[in-house]
Amino acid sequence: MSVTATPARPGLGARLRAAYDSDLCYHFRHSPVAVLAGAIVALMLFGAIFAPWVAPHDPFDLASLNLMDSFHPPVPLAGSVWTFPLGTDDQGRDVFSAILFGMRISLEVGVAAVLFAMVVGVLIGLLAGYAGGVVDAALMRIADVQLTFPAILVSLLVDGVVGAVLPTDLHRSLQIGILIFAIGISNWPQFARTVRGSTLVERNKEYVMAARVIGVARWRVMLSHILPNVLGPVLIIATLNLGFAIISEATLSFLGVGLPPTEPSLGTLINTGNNFLFSGDWWMTVFPGATLVLMVLAINLLGDWLRDALNPRLR
Amino acid sequence: MAEAALLEIRGLGHEFDVSRPWLQRALRGERRRFLRAVDEVSFAIPRGQTLSLVGESGCGKSTIARLAVGLYRPSRGSIHFDGTGIVAGQAQPALRRRMNMIFQDPYASLNPRWRVSDIIAEPIRVFGLMKDRAQIAARVGGLLSQVGLTPADGTKFPHEFSGGQRQRISIARALSSEPEFLVCDEPTSALDVSVQAQILNLMKDLQARLGLTYLFISHNLAVVRHMSDQLGVMYLGRIVEMGPAEAIFAAPRHPYTRLLLEAIPSLSEPGRARVPVGGEVPSPIAPPPGCTFHPRCPLANARCRAEVPQPLTLQTAHGAVDIACHAVAEGRDRA
Repeated sequence: MSVTATPARPGLGARLRAAYDSDLCYHFRHSPVAVLAGAIVALMLFGAIFAPWVAPHDPFDLASLNLMDSFHPPVPLAGSVWTFPLGTDDQGRDVFSAILFGMRISLEVGVAAVLFAMVVGVLIGLLAGYAGGVVDAALMRIADVQLTFPAILVSLLVDGVVGAVLPTDLHRSLQIGILIFAIGISNWPQFARTVRGSTLVERNKEYVMAARVIGVARWRVMLSHILPNVLGPVLIIATLNLGFAIISEATLSFLGVGLPPTEPSLGTLINTGNNFLFSGDWWMTVFPGATLVLMVLAINLLGDWLRDALNPRLR
Repeated sequence: MAEAALLEIRGLGHEFDVSRPWLQRALRGERRRFLRAVDEVSFAIPRGQTLSLVGESGCGKSTIARLAVGLYRPSRGSIHFDGTGIVAGQAQPALRRRMNMIFQDPYASLNPRWRVSDIIAEPIRVFGLMKDRAQIAARVGGLLSQVGLTPADGTKFPHEFSGGQRQRISIARALSSEPEFLVCDEPTSALDVSVQAQILNLMKDLQARLGLTYLFISHNLAVVRHMSDQLGVMYLGRIVEMGPAEAIFAAPRHPYTRLLLEAIPSLSEPGRARVPVGGEVPSPIAPPPGCTFHPRCPLANARCRAEVPQPLTLQTAHGAVDIACHAVAEGRDRA
């Protein structure tokens, strides 16, 4: 959304100006919370996506690490160095660079997990709501069973089972995929239930009948008529879930079943930093933690704004 | 009827399963329950004419409308369109193209996320009538003008229009596949009176120009009188009186029709004494035995409570009228 607000480039000028004048953009510009949250998310996305170019150091390059640089505090404090603005960890890694790379992994896992849960949940919800009867009952009971397991438990279970089945090397290389699956699988029932509820309302509306009268195929009625009308709540759940998924990933990594310290996400950073908290080296865990909180908060605020802005009846 | 009928319905019946879920039914020892929405309905609509069905809420009018366009599969009986049988749920694009439906609620019958031009073009695309985008756009523009809107309205969303304008969009959509037969399910009941007249006149005008055949569903007798050639009065899923609209409005014979017409406010005789209609419409889940109208009928006797009346054809000055009533058959209504 914020991308459309950037100044027009010569070639696309007219189209960008039209986008700038659109209702959505107007709504965005006149909501200070949305602008702030959007700016934070945009900045974080930028930092995460371009981490290899933006970050002052490469925390993955072991050759560039120097143990002499370890335990530098953040900048205004005594003993700080300007090349490490947020300090360094026990290995001499730059905390700021580690956070950038950590956000990259956290966002990657979060977004992929939410997308996975959304696609599965929306399709199952649509099918259950539109088909009704036995199909509906069966799918919803499966969702109920899934909901009775806490997300963290499911994730631990999936991780444990996969870890036991696969050889260690393969397990390591698939770690991100396993995390995405584990977090996504525990979230689909929320999408499915919401979509099913809205579908039950929508499918009896006359516009759906109008489509059925002229013989539109069932899957097309579901995807092109009902789906756009049930996506509003899905978007809100997706953004709230994005925050939740990022936190889940951080929790798993903090517990040590997520990503290894060689490939640190925000959760891993908080975990490793946590070991040094009581020796007074607070910056290793506080900065990644604050980043996590800020990221999740900004995403949720942006989601709330989007819900209001995308509802044509509220405009 | 002299002319060939475009739509012919014979012995149509439809039941809805209103049973509780299986487990609850098993626990309480209940049997399956069915709601008899339509029972033994037969009629035919000649090409280019309008047949209206009137009746109170829940009498099965809308169910007949939906059966006629193939939204439901009839429990009994047959529906023939231009000589071909309609089977619900099966792909018969050639038949479906020739019929369409106008709905009651203009606020629910247009997909709120679609642009008006896409809504109107949907039948064209579904039936593959035109492929070229410019051609479709021109056709949509033409349809919008035909129903009294402007082609520029196509880029808007439904929520930008009033109820009457939305109903015009709904009509444009119904016309876009060039159908011969339109089912109109209470098309004006959600509109203001002044707008109702505009929409009805538009529909009559389109009927005259395009030679459309209408099955018109309404509970508003004034609207029905304005629109209909043929009229069917329904009560609890059955047609109690059917015939030319003029004949029924001039001389209603069935006690229920008489009560309905009696209830119309009159400008010439304000404040006249009326016979109030007693009682409620019985539940269609457990309809009364015999004539379903007997609990409310001033002429009911023992036979009415036991025996279902069959339609009896009476000749009137305006044409043949079918009436299903023991009292009329026995001449008790004239006593």
